[in-house]
Amino acid sequence: MSDGGAGEGGGTGGDGGGGDETAPSPTPITDADYDEWLDALAAGEGYALVCPDGHGSLPPRRRCPECGSDALSREPLDEIGRVETFSVVHVPSPRFADDAPYVTAVVDLGPVRATGVVRGVDPEGDAVEVGLSVAAGVEERETDGEPLVTFRPVDGE
Amino acid sequence: MTDVRVAGVGLTRFGSHADRAGRDLFATAAERAFEDAGVPREDVEELNYGNFMGALAEHQGHQAPLMAEAAGVRCPATRYESACASAGVAVREAVRTVAAGDADVVLAGGMERMTNLPTAEVTEGLAMAADDLFEVRSGVTFPGAYALMAAAYFEAYGGSRRDLSHVASKNHENALPNEYAQYRREVSVEEAMDAPPVAEPLHLYDACPITDGASALVIVSAEYAADHDVDAPVAVTGTGQGTDRMALGDREYLARTPAADDAAEAAYAAAGVGPDDVDVAEVHDCFTIAEVLALESLGLFEVGEGVGAAREGVTTADGDLPVNLSGGLKAKGHPVGATGGSQIAELTRLLRGDHPNSEHVADAEVGVAHNAGGTVASAVVHVLEVAE
Ligand SMILES: [Zn+2]
Repeated sequence: MSDGGAGEGGGTGGDGGGGDETAPSPTPITDADYDEWLDALAAGEGYALVCPDGHGSLPPRRRCPECGSDALSREPLDEIGRVETFSVVHVPSPRFADDAPYVTAVVDLGPVRATGVVRGVDPEGDAVEVGLSVAAGVEERETDGEPLVTFRPVDGE
Repeated sequence: MTDVRVAGVGLTRFGSHADRAGRDLFATAAERAFEDAGVPREDVEELNYGNFMGALAEHQGHQAPLMAEAAGVRCPATRYESACASAGVAVREAVRTVAAGDADVVLAGGMERMTNLPTAEVTEGLAMAADDLFEVRSGVTFPGAYALMAAAYFEAYGGSRRDLSHVASKNHENALPNEYAQYRREVSVEEAMDAPPVAEPLHLYDACPITDGASALVIVSAEYAADHDVDAPVAVTGTGQGTDRMALGDREYLARTPAADDAAEAAYAAAGVGPDDVDVAEVHDCFTIAEVLALESLGLFEVGEGVGAAREGVTTADGDLPVNLSGGLKAKGHPVGATGGSQIAELTRLLRGDHPNSEHVADAEVGVAHNAGGTVASAVVHVLEVAE
């Protein structure tokens, strides 16, 4: 597989070589509106910010990113979301070193889509497909215990 | 717009330059660009320089003055950052500056050092081009984001991993004679198919490598070229740029790239040409699926029909519309902040007839370059034409 030099793929393609060179993750930025949203999602009360034209977005927002409106109201996310696309990630970033392989998915939750990790499935199996019904929540990253947006199949486990 | 010409192009070899600092790489590219152009350094009125992760890779911010020194020019110098489209926007601003009559000579290009970082840090660094709060913290890597697009594409329009493997194989074959390419060896479709997965459905050979390298272009007005007896037969006749929502999940389409549609539309309009006029293209194939999306945004294929282009032989070197004759990011390499300039350097060489692959496009008059940032939240398109 090696072409010499840096090795084909390396970080974008290689297997990461075990990750023992991993530098500590930078201190994450914090944002009160984002944290509040994450807490709400964890409590089963996830919401989107929706403008009068119906554009949904996730906080922090002072304006609708689609039309610029500042009339944003909180609307609940759908309880059951639909997987729109997904990927089984084998080569993680350092923050997910111990999580891989995992399934990342973009899920339609009504007013917005959200991106997260599908839990409660075998990543190497074929349990995840486009159209799968899932419920959104917040769990911990295996690598460092930080909060992570997750989806679980509603007919579950 | 005012007649803008590429007077000279310079590249370093793309690959691993373990013992070369970024400033040294850019100096080399600039040296070669000036030599190619026959334009004296003291005529340069601006430096537009692209770089993405220099603060991480070399602990070096504020790179523009450093690169002006390295290139031996003393003029206003600015660093442009637009992820993988950093050099594309730097070149675009050079073209606009000359087109507006604000300068007659601008040095533009970019540089990236990547191989000195541990793989994990490069992965983390590239992920910085995505939305940290809603994508990276949710497990999206750079390959993972394009994998999400590839899966969405297959779902919406069909296509297969095998189609993408043909893109990889094609671009590796194109890189064989290119002295600047990182990987000058063939990769068969079967080899690509059998490679280990990175982020399914993308496997190892769907991904571009990690690369060090630099690019530099001497962009001049046609008037300057004529007055100074500078041979500059290739004109930049159109430039366009587009922006989309940062996070893939926030976009209307998961398997299309409207930012590139917008960039292409603007570039074609400025040039007064359309997709049917294009003879050759260099597009941003950081992943094989990205080449497919680029072809469709450039209007070279209908939406949903670009995926078979390499397999059907349309975009191969001997096809009707050769794409990525340089080897593309895939095989030539992707020093992120240099890539947009490299594409235009390669396209210029192809159109001038002095590229090792020029024989495949001997009659080409119109070329298009497509450079994308992140998951195409940023896109830049340039139209180049043989003017003389
Ligand atoms: Zn709105």
